Amino acid sequence: MANDPEEKQPSASPKKEEPSAVNPSAAASEPASKPPVTPVAPAAKPPAAAVPPRPPAPPKEGPVALDNDLVKRYKERFGEAIREAWIDRKQAILVIARERLVEIATYSRDEEKFDWLSDLTAVDWPKREQRFDVVLNMYSLEKNERLRLKVYATADERVPSVQGVWATANWEEREVYDMFGVVFEGHPELKRILLPDEWQGHPLRKDYDILTQDTAWVRENLGIESGQ
Amino acid sequence: MQALINFVISIWVPLVCALVIVAVLPLAAGYIVLMERKVMADMQARLGPMRVGPHGLLQPIADAVKLLLKEDIIPEEADKGIFWIAPLISVTAGMLAMSALAIGPWFQVADLNIGLLFVVGIGALGIFGIVLGGWSSNSHYSLLGALRSAAQLVSYETAAGMAIVGALLLAGTLSIREIIEAQEDYRVWFVFASPVGFFIYVVASIAETNRAPFDLPEAESELVAGYMTEYSGFRWALYFLAEYTNMVVVASIATTLFLGGWLRPFAGSRAFDFLDYLPSVMMLGVAGYCFYRAPKQPVKIQQMVLAAVGASFILVAGILAAPLLAPAGSMLASAKAGLHGAFWFLLKVVLYLYLFMWLRFTFPRYRFDQLMRLGWQFLIPLSIVNVMGIGLALVLHRQLGWSHWTAFPLTTILTLAVAGMLGSAGAKKDKEHAIVGEEA
Amino acid sequence: MADQRIPFATHAETTVLGADEIVLNMGPQHPSTHGVLRVKLRLDGEKVIGSECVIGYLHRGVEKIAEHRTYTQFAPYVDRMDYVAAVSNGLGYCEAVEKLLGAEAPLRARVIRTILTELQRIASHLFWLGTHALDIGALTPLFYCLREREEILKIFEKYCGARLTTHAFRIGGLQYEAYDELEKDVERFCTPFDKRVDEYESLLTGNRIWVGRTKGIGILTAKEAIDYAASGPVLRASGVKWDIRKAMPYAAYDLYKFEIPTGKNGDTFDRYIVRMEEMRQSRLICLQAIENIPAGPIMGKVGKVLKPPPGEVYHSIEAPKGELGYYIVSDGTTQPYRVRIRPPSLINLEAFDKMIRGHLVADVVAIIGTLDIVLGEVDR
Repeated sequence: MANDPEEKQPSASPKKEEPSAVNPSAAASEPASKPPVTPVAPAAKPPAAAVPPRPPAPPKEGPVALDNDLVKRYKERFGEAIREAWIDRKQAILVIARERLVEIATYSRDEEKFDWLSDLTAVDWPKREQRFDVVLNMYSLEKNERLRLKVYATADERVPSVQGVWATANWEEREVYDMFGVVFEGHPELKRILLPDEWQGHPLRKDYDILTQDTAWVRENLGIESGQ
Repeated sequence: MQALINFVISIWVPLVCALVIVAVLPLAAGYIVLMERKVMADMQARLGPMRVGPHGLLQPIADAVKLLLKEDIIPEEADKGIFWIAPLISVTAGMLAMSALAIGPWFQVADLNIGLLFVVGIGALGIFGIVLGGWSSNSHYSLLGALRSAAQLVSYETAAGMAIVGALLLAGTLSIREIIEAQEDYRVWFVFASPVGFFIYVVASIAETNRAPFDLPEAESELVAGYMTEYSGFRWALYFLAEYTNMVVVASIATTLFLGGWLRPFAGSRAFDFLDYLPSVMMLGVAGYCFYRAPKQPVKIQQMVLAAVGASFILVAGILAAPLLAPAGSMLASAKAGLHGAFWFLLKVVLYLYLFMWLRFTFPRYRFDQLMRLGWQFLIPLSIVNVMGIGLALVLHRQLGWSHWTAFPLTTILTLAVAGMLGSAGAKKDKEHAIVGEEA
Repeated sequence: MADQRIPFATHAETTVLGADEIVLNMGPQHPSTHGVLRVKLRLDGEKVIGSECVIGYLHRGVEKIAEHRTYTQFAPYVDRMDYVAAVSNGLGYCEAVEKLLGAEAPLRARVIRTILTELQRIASHLFWLGTHALDIGALTPLFYCLREREEILKIFEKYCGARLTTHAFRIGGLQYEAYDELEKDVERFCTPFDKRVDEYESLLTGNRIWVGRTKGIGILTAKEAIDYAASGPVLRASGVKWDIRKAMPYAAYDLYKFEIPTGKNGDTFDRYIVRMEEMRQSRLICLQAIENIPAGPIMGKVGKVLKPPPGEVYHSIEAPKGELGYYIVSDGTTQPYRVRIRPPSLINLEAFDKMIRGHLVADVVAIIGTLDIVLGEVDR
């Protein structure tokens, strides 16, 4: 089949991802929301006679699906737990299953040598069913590489705590709890860190209005309407 | 009749001296504070108080007035009687110690024949003021600070005492006047005969007065803010006054014992008599500086005040020069001993205080356990060895007839060798204790 | 905000020796906590057996504000986090947004950014040195350090009008052209600066009291430092040779030659030496940079309205305090969807509990000082 590129090219549908020896492409099934990926450099030069369709220009920015060696190793080891893998602005991101976070984190630290946890934080996408994105930015000192892990969770689901894997996650998870309300399972002392202990609500959620707390406080303590 | 005059003089003179101490010493302490602030500023590349009076000369008066006018706050749970009396104990102890010391041969409240013992003993009574102040404040911080301070003072009192003993062996007497006369007779100040003793006394006296680098009990940036925390306004000023009075007392003891008291450098030899003019020359120099800076003051009144200060320095220079220029044998000439003695004594005290200030602004603070270790494991053994060394030197000189140019340097070197051994032993112990965990 | 008042001697639990354990509160107002930091210490006599840092007194909700401002409007907010080193904060943010946009600042802008950021590093370390020495009791280095820092702040004022919260950089490059005497001023500052650092060292490094107060205090081994994700001089003093300026160069750092100082034991003394040496290296970078500032535009090709395509980016720089990271998520509009600031001071402060155990109360100030925290950054 590969000997006949002229016939293959026109009939090849650009949507279908063809595994190609030259170009990496996402072997995992991609939902339609991801932009279609086509090999950047076509495997064969089009002959002079046929007019090959111009491959659509790959998007300059924005997430692109990823399947390099690193991703392959993870998938080999954890299979279904690695839900998605893409690359955005030259930074690799893996979306993993929530239940196996500690396992994957331990593997990342020990085998893949991501021993330095840069950051653990969260993002709130209220329109999504699993609204919270818990994001771990990892860095490997020996390989000088970064990798981002993402875990999706709803407001009620508990995310396993990785403070046993990297000690620095302790306060970072407390901050995520404080700001978003994500409960971390296995955290020794999950309480608010930046806000006072008796604060109501989780400010960085998208449905938390900056003014609501202010008006409530003013009404309660000063007995008037807030002027905001 | 003569007996009556003598009796009156023997009462008046001490009374006047005592009045001068009680009245002038607080003012002098205020000006020592100003001197400290100016010296601090100089070492820190800035100017210090400049606004209140020309070059800040009226700053102490402004501070005193402010402190007097402040509200008198006493903590509610404090033990009011002891709270009231504690600063008084400190100040009284300091001033009493001053009373036995002689600023020049004519100025002494009482020439006790156990003078030095009295001074050291009374000075130690000041510790009561600190402990009682900390206790009566009814605050954990204050009590801890007071106890630490007391522990520090007691430890370094021992080392200071042994250093004094070393010098006393040389003098052979406890009376202040006779110690200085002994230095005159020997033609050498005791600092040259017992330099190690002087060094020990300097370090111990810094710790005695809670000055940096030994000021952990009263440092601002430490957790325990010290026994003075709850004191404000004039009571605090009394503690402050007590601290500076103590500084003057230890400086005076050091000057008396080691630096020749009221003796001019090379007091015995006639060849250096030109040094007698040095006091007047120095005063004229200061006056010249005042007149030089006077036109540069921003405000007319400050110019006039500085000019007046300069004029007063010229007056002092004249008073100091008068006995030298008066015909020999007259009343005026016999005033030389008193006036010049007082000048040299005060000059040495001021230099000693300058050394205190210099050390304060150069060194960081010792941590309390390091401080105690320094006192007990370095200074006290060293001071004991120093006493033995001085004793050995005296035996060599008096019994065996060695010249004191050989005996004393030899024993000094021996003592320094022991100091080196102690120091390195201490450093090794420090390395062992490097990772804290074994420290109790 | 109601904060539980801890009375002095609480829960008198018996310790190993049968003595009572007390809780000592180093409250938010304290001369040495460098801001509003509350430290609750559990003491056995003078020894610290446990501690808890209570933070959040300076929390201003910067990350929430970011979601309601455009990218350009948010830039002045980042200066106010680590207010001692505002220029670095601005650099990190502008570069993160430039990465998000896919734009790049022109070379001239990057070189000038490098110069200003290195001057800011020197200023931040000078301030650290002065206050750290002051806490330990040396009264004099503070004034010398502030005297030097004045010169740097004057350069900033001439360049962008502000000394402290500078907002010196813009997304895509610079707004202000380097003023005429910038090179001369920087050279005039840097040339004698070497001797000044030697002056500070002569006051402190050989001084046995200083060494006694800092050697062996607050040891953080390399493994612990990596586990706690300590960064900056804290990590380097523990022996890990890692500096983002060399590992993942940004701005114009790949053009210049400089060393990364590392320590051996990870104690307070090593952190002091590392920062002193870093000041010298920053001076070298400045001198190399001003020799040849390339001509060219100072603003890259970014539009007036910044609308980065949806996605996210994590960009970090080597701020004077450590790794300052920005994680920015964009949803395609003019306002960021989420800005997360990874504060080096907060992450370094986490190691405080580990460092203080077993030490005496008097070492608490030394260790807080050596971590070089700024509460504006810890709390945001």
